Amino acid sequence: MFLLKPIFNLGAFGINFFSTLGKATIKLYQALIGKPQFRKHFPLLVKQLYVVGVQSILIIIVSGLFIGMVLGLQGYNVLVNFKAEASLGPLVALSLLRELGPVVSALLFAGRAGSALTAEIGLMKTTDQLSSMEMMAIDPLRRVISPRFWAGVISLPILTLLFNVVGIYGGKMVGVDWLGIDEGTFWTGTQASVEIYKDIVQGSIKSLVFAFIVTWIAVFNGYNCERTSEGLSKATTNTVVYSSLIVLGLDFVLTALMFN
Amino acid sequence: MNFRTLEFLVGIFLAAGIVAAVILALKVAGLTLSSGSSEYYTIHGKFSNIGSLKVRSPIKLGGVVIGQVSDIYIDPKTLQPIVDMKIDKKYSNIGEDSTFSILTSGLLGEQYLGVKPDFASMDDDGNPIYLTDGSVTSMTDSAIVLEELLGKFLYSINNSNSKTE
Repeated sequence: MFLLKPIFNLGAFGINFFSTLGKATIKLYQALIGKPQFRKHFPLLVKQLYVVGVQSILIIIVSGLFIGMVLGLQGYNVLVNFKAEASLGPLVALSLLRELGPVVSALLFAGRAGSALTAEIGLMKTTDQLSSMEMMAIDPLRRVISPRFWAGVISLPILTLLFNVVGIYGGKMVGVDWLGIDEGTFWTGTQASVEIYKDIVQGSIKSLVFAFIVTWIAVFNGYNCERTSEGLSKATTNTVVYSSLIVLGLDFVLTALMFN
Repeated sequence: MNFRTLEFLVGIFLAAGIVAAVILALKVAGLTLSSGSSEYYTIHGKFSNIGSLKVRSPIKLGGVVIGQVSDIYIDPKTLQPIVDMKIDKKYSNIGEDSTFSILTSGLLGEQYLGVKPDFASMDDDGNPIYLTDGSVTSMTDSAIVLEELLGKFLYSINNSNSKTE
């Protein structure tokens, strides 16, 4: 009997996993599809864009600046050995546009906005606010979940663009203004190697995919959390852990698909 | 917070996103908005080996950038690489006998097309003939492939050694 126990456990895990995935997909479908009422729901979306997007700007800009500066400094230290300082611009711009920008923004976004979304929705559920909305014939999926979801999907790509721009200027600050690479060399090298479709558009597609995944996980974990304080803390933790892991794993898959 | 303030801040956020996208496109990717054919003319150069020349590599005359490589392909009949060169209309007086060579900036730098102007060919009235839109030129020097050069060098060393023995 105890030899069979792992199999029972595996079965339980599988059923649990797929039923959660199914529930999450149904919630996603219900949140996205459904007759949109722009007059009623647009103000809600604006409010959430402020909470999710505008309030994340500070952390995104500061991290972008410092990551760009560190890339510039480390890149310069290596490249100067080969007298290849001219490649600093392409190094900073390409690594930010292709990988660091989308991934680091998504991780920061999961920590800053994703956890907040989960906690907010989770507490609404725990304190029966969602059920009371249902009693008043207001669909909480459309009133609460949908604006938050769309706000996340819209915000993260914009935050990623800001991150990239600030990071590239941070790299330029260190390379050109501090370490003395010629400014013209920096920009022409960058412009020669960055391609609009291959680097900028594909980086943005990546960040759109991450936005979808991170917000979906955050919103669903909140909606699905247990009605205890322990359950709420677990849901918040799960949001950050799962979205970070999925973002990093998915990044590899997307890179393999896009850049080969 | 007042809803108008909220709308205003979100508006700034969205505008910042658009500005960031424009900066990335123009400053970082070097996209030029005015890539209309009116400001450039295209000439086709036949090469025998283009090395690692790329589309968008610069074309330089005496170190000054006068255009860029717009396309690279193989002529299906002769199996020869053809490089389409997009040159600024300002420099429309490049003589027909000018030489186009693929050069490398620095020892390991990226490759570019260097133009050495030549006004030798004249028409019947004694006016120089210029390259115009759609001209095909064969006055080209191919890229120097380092491996081939090394091969030749080693070969010549071997030869001179065997002669002295």
